[in-house]
Amino acid sequence: MNDGVPILTAMTLTPWIGGCLLVGLGARHRSLARGVGLGVSLITLALGFLAWAGFDPGEGGMQWVERHSWIPGLGVEYVVGVDGLGLAMVALTVLLVPMALLVSWTLTERVPLYFGLVLWLEAGLIGTFTALNFFHWFLFWELCLIPAFFLIRLWGGPDRGSAATQFFVYTMAGSVALLLAFLALFLATGTFDFGRLAELGGRGGWAARFEENLDWGGVSGSTLARLVFLGAFLGFAVKVPVMPFHTWLPSAYAEAPTGTTMLLTGAMSKMGVYGILRILIPLFGAEARALLAPLLWLAVAGGVIAAATAFAQRDLKRMFAYSSVNHLAYCLLGIFAAVGAGGEAGRLDPERSMALGGVVVQMFNHGITAAALFAFVAFLEQRSGGRRGIEDFGGLRRRVPVFCGLMGAAVFASLGLPGLSGFVGEFMIFKGSFALEPAAAATAALGLLLTAVFLLTFLHRVFHGPLNPRWAGMADLGGRELLAVVPAMALMLVIGVVPQALLGVLKATVTRWVGDWGP
Amino acid sequence: MLAWTLYVSFAGAAVLACLPRRRAAAARWLALGVALLGAVFALAGVSEHKPGAGLETITRLPWIPFLGADYHLAVDGISVTLILLTAVAAVAGILFSWNIEERVPAFFAFYLALIGGVYGVFLSCDLLLLFVFYEIAIIPKYFLIAIWGSTRKEYGAMKLALYSFGGSALVLVGIIAAFVVAAQQTGVATFSIEALSRVAFPAAFQRWAFPVVFVGFAILAGLWPFHTWAPTGHVAAPTGASMLLAGVVMKLGAYGCLRVAMGLFPAGLEVWRGAFAVLAVVGIVYGALAALVQRDFKFVIGYSSVSHMGFVLLGLMTLNEIGVSGAVLQMFSHGVIAGLLFGVVGRMVYDRTHTRDLSELEGLRLSRALPFAAVTFVIASAASMGLPGFSGFVAELQVLVGSWRAFPAAALVAGVGIVVGVAYLLRALQSAFFTDDPGFAGGAGVAVGSGSRGVLGSVSMPERVGAVLLMAVTLAVGLYPRWLLDWIVPAVHSMLEGLGRGGVS
Repeated sequence: MNDGVPILTAMTLTPWIGGCLLVGLGARHRSLARGVGLGVSLITLALGFLAWAGFDPGEGGMQWVERHSWIPGLGVEYVVGVDGLGLAMVALTVLLVPMALLVSWTLTERVPLYFGLVLWLEAGLIGTFTALNFFHWFLFWELCLIPAFFLIRLWGGPDRGSAATQFFVYTMAGSVALLLAFLALFLATGTFDFGRLAELGGRGGWAARFEENLDWGGVSGSTLARLVFLGAFLGFAVKVPVMPFHTWLPSAYAEAPTGTTMLLTGAMSKMGVYGILRILIPLFGAEARALLAPLLWLAVAGGVIAAATAFAQRDLKRMFAYSSVNHLAYCLLGIFAAVGAGGEAGRLDPERSMALGGVVVQMFNHGITAAALFAFVAFLEQRSGGRRGIEDFGGLRRRVPVFCGLMGAAVFASLGLPGLSGFVGEFMIFKGSFALEPAAAATAALGLLLTAVFLLTFLHRVFHGPLNPRWAGMADLGGRELLAVVPAMALMLVIGVVPQALLGVLKATVTRWVGDWGP
Repeated sequence: MLAWTLYVSFAGAAVLACLPRRRAAAARWLALGVALLGAVFALAGVSEHKPGAGLETITRLPWIPFLGADYHLAVDGISVTLILLTAVAAVAGILFSWNIEERVPAFFAFYLALIGGVYGVFLSCDLLLLFVFYEIAIIPKYFLIAIWGSTRKEYGAMKLALYSFGGSALVLVGIIAAFVVAAQQTGVATFSIEALSRVAFPAAFQRWAFPVVFVGFAILAGLWPFHTWAPTGHVAAPTGASMLLAGVVMKLGAYGCLRVAMGLFPAGLEVWRGAFAVLAVVGIVYGALAALVQRDFKFVIGYSSVSHMGFVLLGLMTLNEIGVSGAVLQMFSHGVIAGLLFGVVGRMVYDRTHTRDLSELEGLRLSRALPFAAVTFVIASAASMGLPGFSGFVAELQVLVGSWRAFPAAALVAGVGIVVGVAYLLRALQSAFFTDDPGFAGGAGVAVGSGSRGVLGSVSMPERVGAVLLMAVTLAVGLYPRWLLDWIVPAVHSMLEGLGRGGVS
């Protein structure tokens, strides 16, 4: 099969090397840097196509696996591989980076450094989505922070200093909790391999293992298992983010240069959900099930509150930032609903696979849609001299019809209009969750309603009504801008109409999860 | 082969001491040559050393026969790691001292004497010999700070010397007591560490001897609350000396704790380890919090050393293989990273701007004026934060695993210390290098920035080489820690077995 072919390593190394080249380039080589940056991201995209094409959709396990010894004493190996989830996330990343680079084309300050940092971020993301050993997964997980920090710090808005620091310190705090949790697991098992850890402790085995291997002053094994689970959950929850661990997000998203925000929301926020699917649930299924009600309601309440908060925002970037928190809360709803014990064994399995499939589809779609929405905000900012208040515009539909038409379509994809991508994921999540956790799903649906309200309000205030005379000279989208967003728009339509294109690679993986994670 | 590290350093020091004052350039190159030669001997000797062989004797000559003191040099995996660190730090420190203009030969003579003393401590397998080298290392330190230092240099030098001698006095009391008790018990007078560690000292004796010797050494390792010499000493010292102080001299203390205090008095260790683990954790958090509020850039780094050395002491107190190995790796890692941080702050920034006040540095926009310094500091702080990929991560990870097993609460509190560590480094990084300025968005910033580049003078070649050397080492160890762990782990394993506690998973 395709195991042993180092395509995933190549996909991680290509942007990494490209980033090194660009960072070393003098600041005056602007157009060269842009060309090289885009070229490298397109090569990575091509490699991503190859990985997708060579992926066997009938196989639910890891593919493209590479395994090498690294630090045997610490149970550390270099293991990479992707299943349907990993492949979807890698595909999302390689699609978003060229898009983000095209949106950042007009940047003039320290261009090589900016493009280089974006490529490093891409390398970190691909590494995170493919690594299967905690040690080297964590390496990439943390590695993403540095380029993201500098992208916010150096090119951000007026309040970038505190936004960047807050982002970094919050995420680090979560990471340290995660690290401590994994060190406890390592002590109990002697391995860092995700697959091995899942086999050893996945079905509620941690309590016994902790009691056997750790003696913590009379604390019982099951309490320990729960604490370790919460530590790991905290790490992921900060990254997603789940309310109430989201406070770093609005200012980071708003202050970051918009090309960076596209990657923060499009790809980096998926790191958290990915971690929950790849690591938290396989390892801590039993612990998650024991705390199911609070987790489920945390997700639901967070989603609804985020939608309501988005409604209250006047800054477009902050509005879409909270909207992201809301959309990702549906992912958590789907995951926790599917993990729950609902119903006799087996009978609800179709619903569970529906919900889990929906989660991955939603991750992919939200990545594309949210990135596109932020790209449109960037285009608006570039035309308005940085203004992006919801009240600053009005009547743009008349002046810039192409822009309004495309952005309108993205907005409808975001609020889940059938025929566009957003609908597929949300429909699947809600269909699955209603059968599994009706009360939670019904409450979360309130968020859908609120989302529709604020997105329509946005359309109304910005695109419709009398034209604000200030913007009478606004130019419509140019060729480069169309190039950045049209592929994304096409994907929204394709996935909306033929969801099978994406579901095909996920099906075997999701079936496997349902089998493995059952109560 | 390894013994030659010691001899060339002292020989170099002697030659430099005789060199006339005006031969500055010759002195620099000579010092660099000696340090490089020492590094070559260290590398060659280390590559001869077989991992897991236990203490391997290099030279053994009778020295003071009626006291049973021998000139006995021996190494195991722990000492070779620290000898390598010394070699790296010595070379880098000289490169970062290239701009010393005042009494150059004397500076490098003291510098090499200090290095020789450090090599001596790591090589000694005789308590009296170890103590002599330990004292030899203190004296040049005093002069390096008092003569070539800055900011309250006499005060810093005196404080450091007094704390060091205080610690030495405790150590001396402890080792003489051990000698006497062992002689009474076995009838053989010996200072040999190997022989003494086989003696089963009475428990009541160990109960007081262990803390005396441990604290005596730990003062130099920056154990809270005896750490206060460290920030003032580091700040007052010239850059090369700060690099050595934080890089290797603090390790002397930690090494003494491990080799002497823990090796000789396992029963006393058992009684006191909880208490010292608490002090170590307090040091981790206190050092980080203190670093968070400093206005002086060098004090930030000085307190960060206290915090990182807390990890070493915590790792030692875990008494399991992974925790103690982590402590030894952390000694190496911190030596390299602290050297790098002091190199940036003391040499690249302070020697050019003549200020270390973070609020004053904010106005200088150093990321434009000194881009190399900015990049180096970014990498050094990433390493110091314990981001994966750098040596600090592997070391702290092992210490945390070890303390999860031995003191779970300590692991949690140390985790808080790591987060605070991130905060103070980001704060320093932003104030010193990446401050906002109104002209940033437009082109104005570039013009002013390149203007101040001329004023400050770009980063010189010796600094670049030194910085690249240290960065390469921390990265290499971070990505491929087996390089050192293959030496450290077997040595720690046999040492712990000697303490009567087998290795742990």
